Amino acid sequence: MSGSALSFARRRRFGNYFWIGLSALLSVGIAAILLLILVYVFYQGVTSISWAFLTQVPHPVGVPGGGVGNGILGSAVIIAIATLIALPVGVLTGIYLTLFAPPRLAGALRFAADVLASVPSIAIGLFAYEVLVAPFHHFSALSASFAFSILMMPLIIRTTESAIRLVPTDMREAAVALGATELQTLFRCILVAARPGIMTGLILAVARVTGETAPLLFTAFGSQFWVVNPNQPMAELSLQIFTYAISPYKVWHNQAWGGALLLIMAVLTLSLTARIAFRGKVTANL
Amino acid sequence: MGDGATTTWAAGSGRVSRPESGLARHAFMLTVKAATAIFALIMAGLVLVLVSGSWASLRHFGLRFLWTSRWDPVANVFGGLPFIYGTVVSSLIALLLAASIGILSALFLAEFAPRRLSGLLGILIELLAAVPSVVFGLWGLFVLAPVVQRDIGPALQAAFGFLPIFKGVIYGVNMLTASLILTLMIVPTVMSISRDLISGVPGRYREATLALGSTRWEAVRYVVLPMVRPGVFGACMLALGRALGETIAVTMVIGNRPSISASLFAPGYTIASAIANEFTEATSDLYISALIELGLLLLVISILINAAGRLFLARLDRDGGRA
Repeated sequence: MSGSALSFARRRRFGNYFWIGLSALLSVGIAAILLLILVYVFYQGVTSISWAFLTQVPHPVGVPGGGVGNGILGSAVIIAIATLIALPVGVLTGIYLTLFAPPRLAGALRFAADVLASVPSIAIGLFAYEVLVAPFHHFSALSASFAFSILMMPLIIRTTESAIRLVPTDMREAAVALGATELQTLFRCILVAARPGIMTGLILAVARVTGETAPLLFTAFGSQFWVVNPNQPMAELSLQIFTYAISPYKVWHNQAWGGALLLIMAVLTLSLTARIAFRGKVTANL
Repeated sequence: MGDGATTTWAAGSGRVSRPESGLARHAFMLTVKAATAIFALIMAGLVLVLVSGSWASLRHFGLRFLWTSRWDPVANVFGGLPFIYGTVVSSLIALLLAASIGILSALFLAEFAPRRLSGLLGILIELLAAVPSVVFGLWGLFVLAPVVQRDIGPALQAAFGFLPIFKGVIYGVNMLTASLILTLMIVPTVMSISRDLISGVPGRYREATLALGSTRWEAVRYVVLPMVRPGVFGACMLALGRALGETIAVTMVIGNRPSISASLFAPGYTIASAIANEFTEATSDLYISALIELGLLLLVISILINAAGRLFLARLDRDGGRA
């Protein structure tokens, strides 16, 4: 009797150690895989990176050299235009839903933003294609920016909301007590205090689309040349990586690793900046 | 977050601030409402445009599209079943793995790990979610796929070869590789939401359980975890939604063959990768329409799954699960 009680206790103790040990192992393992990927991308990519790689356009197969310069430029142009669309729409919608909208409408908008945030980017790419590519019969950077702006909006809306909510009520009341009008309170007090949070949201949104490839396949489409006209098909870094990676040529694989290193550095820098700048106070609930 | 109604700046019932002179306020409200209208228009447009784009295919194939598996652009016959099968199977396997790993590591970070270790591991796992899809694809194609073909595949076949899912020739780019890459991509979602929920459970529940003589694991497993179950379930739904729509990484490692095979070692195809690979090469209008219908299907499924996931999370919020 006491023997079986003892073994029961032992089994429970063993279970305790087993599960705690397993959970530790798994979390360390997953974190290690991230490091593994980072180290591997660095190791493979660093040899490809040179001044020429950063400043030249791709060369045809068989011609040595060439780079992703036009892709980097393309990414910058596409994301800049997307930001110009998404930032005003996102921030203003965020302001409306937090401060002015009737509760039911606010709830609906919040829900819509959350759902939109998780719509597959390829479906958004199809939408951009139908709206901005098909009617004009040519691919364009502009349609890619449109798709990217839709990916950015929900993040900006939700972080704007969360940043505004974090402004202490005391501050608003103080502004009002000093005789500020509604709009003065909003622009001189609330938005000033909420700015770091909104910036964080913007950085996260830029990080998200920087790593995005799928919608570009049938919007920006890619290009072998230097293109700045947003009404033309344009190269983009992550799209170049994709094209190079699935090609059968070893030289192009090396180019892909070089591009991947650039891309991952850009994205991780952006995410870490957002994290440090606002230390997890803003949650977009994604 | 809960007391949203009282923290709006008009301070609940009565307007506290001086109203604006009419014109400025009018102009401002108009701008703000216009922006919101643009956002709402995009939401509605997304669904409407995809429905109108796939209209030809919807009319031509009807519901048959969902369960016929002949995908023949030359004959203009399109059935989406192989893609639906590949999407569902790869995502469900990924969800199964990611849920187990994600929940256990969330428990470790929230309950067992020393604070600093927990912070460090948490950041690393969350950064995994920031790794671009194309980089996962690249790594999956050149590093993971060979490992699956050479080591993981044969090992699984040796141990469980009697199961149909582990039979047959082992390819490098196959369903299993795609599921493993997807697992890595969605683990952070499960982990970080679950961890936050678990951390939110007040300490007194653990103390009470421990005082009754439970082990630390038992307190967590039988008291803390059940309290946050709906939220964790919601987190898993969000992760599933992410897996279903993931495109580029999957396209690079799944093999892109539109056939239905029981074996996980055989190449497959997903809805998203079919669109990615074939859309710019689609020649006939019906072909394009069929691909857009696939996109619409993906959109509808992901909206439903995400809405459900968020409702579960919201329910937990309201019931005070995180008190």
